[in-house]
Amino acid sequence: MASIWQYANPLKFMRTTDWLLPIVAVAAVVVTATGLIWGFFFTPDDFRQGSTVKIIFLHVPSALMAINAWIMMLVASLIWLIRRHHVSALAARAAAPIGLVMTLIGLITGAVWGQPMWGAWWAWDPRLTSFLILLLFYLGYIALWSAIDDPDTAADLTAVLCLVGSVFALLSRYAAFFWSQGLHQGASLSVQAGTRVDWAYKAPLYVSMAGFSLIFVALVLAGTRTEIRARRMKALVARERMAA
Amino acid sequence: MSALLTRDLRLAMRAGGGFGLGLAFFLILAVLVPLGVGPEQATLALIAPGILWVGALLACLLSLDRIFALDYEDGSLDLLATAPVPLEAVVSIKALAHWLTTGLPLVLISPVLGLLLHLPPSAYGWLILSLALGTPALSVIGTFGAALTVGLKRGGLLLSLLVLPLYIPTLVFGAEVVSRGAQGLDISTALALLGGITAGAVAILPFASALVIRINLR
Repeated sequence: MASIWQYANPLKFMRTTDWLLPIVAVAAVVVTATGLIWGFFFTPDDFRQGSTVKIIFLHVPSALMAINAWIMMLVASLIWLIRRHHVSALAARAAAPIGLVMTLIGLITGAVWGQPMWGAWWAWDPRLTSFLILLLFYLGYIALWSAIDDPDTAADLTAVLCLVGSVFALLSRYAAFFWSQGLHQGASLSVQAGTRVDWAYKAPLYVSMAGFSLIFVALVLAGTRTEIRARRMKALVARERMAA
Repeated sequence: MSALLTRDLRLAMRAGGGFGLGLAFFLILAVLVPLGVGPEQATLALIAPGILWVGALLACLLSLDRIFALDYEDGSLDLLATAPVPLEAVVSIKALAHWLTTGLPLVLISPVLGLLLHLPPSAYGWLILSLALGTPALSVIGTFGAALTVGLKRGGLLLSLLVLPLYIPTLVFGAEVVSRGAQGLDISTALALLGGITAGAVAILPFASALVIRINLR
């Protein structure tokens, strides 16, 4: 019977991603390039913001993926803790550095946009602050992974850290909103709210968001494959040593 | 369990270093900040709540790695894990011992340091109350961090990287209570949230810490 759990088998996972990864990777490059080129060169300048508005095509997708990467790590950690599928733990490990880079892109593009618009590279705004805190959580998670030698122990400990960290990251977000009134505008895109962004911007923005999601999937797949291969290599080296 | 508590307290008092160190650190911080910022009374009064809370946080952090490290090295942690007392209770007792030797002294000494930093008189009560309410959360969260890194050779730096982000909500609400109290504003929301975080952390985190210790002892 076909079920999603069959991909928890590393062999099955490798075989499927063998053909899936190139497709996703090419799609990621094409869609992201389309979104960014469309956004950068074929949209009008904003009435007040001028051409700086175009940084939105990098800023929003990366911020979206920074949060989604953490959620994906949370789900993968739960799957590892409950069903103990190694691929899941490795996928969580592979997602962390990507989420870290997405967070950094979000912060840096935000700073570059904020300098001309707000007159400051950085403001202690709740949204900015909670993103900086997210960066710290990513750093701690990655540091813990690399500090522990035994792979199963490392997977267990980081999974628990991810669970506890998620709760505290959420708390920190609300704490940050409590602590300071914001400078950052509210959500530009929302399911409920009416259109606050014109379709001329929204369409390429959606394309770049899809592109960034595809990039994330492709990188996680590639990272997980690398981790699986590294594991296999370790096992092979160990077996050789035993034989010798 | 009370035997474990008295043993931990005795070890902390007599083994030297650990007990007074956090307090001394707190004191030094309260001396260094005016030296760095300048002696203007108004400036110091403005930043005093934040400085005192950050100082309490860092002072707590100093003694965290001692919670489990010694027991792990000499094997008593294995004995505690296999003892009839549940490991969750052991972890809670350890956190309590840490709070009694670090958090409580910080709470008691904080008014003196508030004096050094020109904290407005109206804020002293809130300072003591917020620290008394918030430092148990610092100990419990720190115990979780210490449990995560117990098997590591040089876990100290990693421990602070893991634990400090978890301290953020407590810090925000704790410092908010004091600074609002200093300005005579309404503090009930911040105080309730601070208490809520402490209650939640004390209720749930010992289970996570015990789980993590079992993983580390495997």
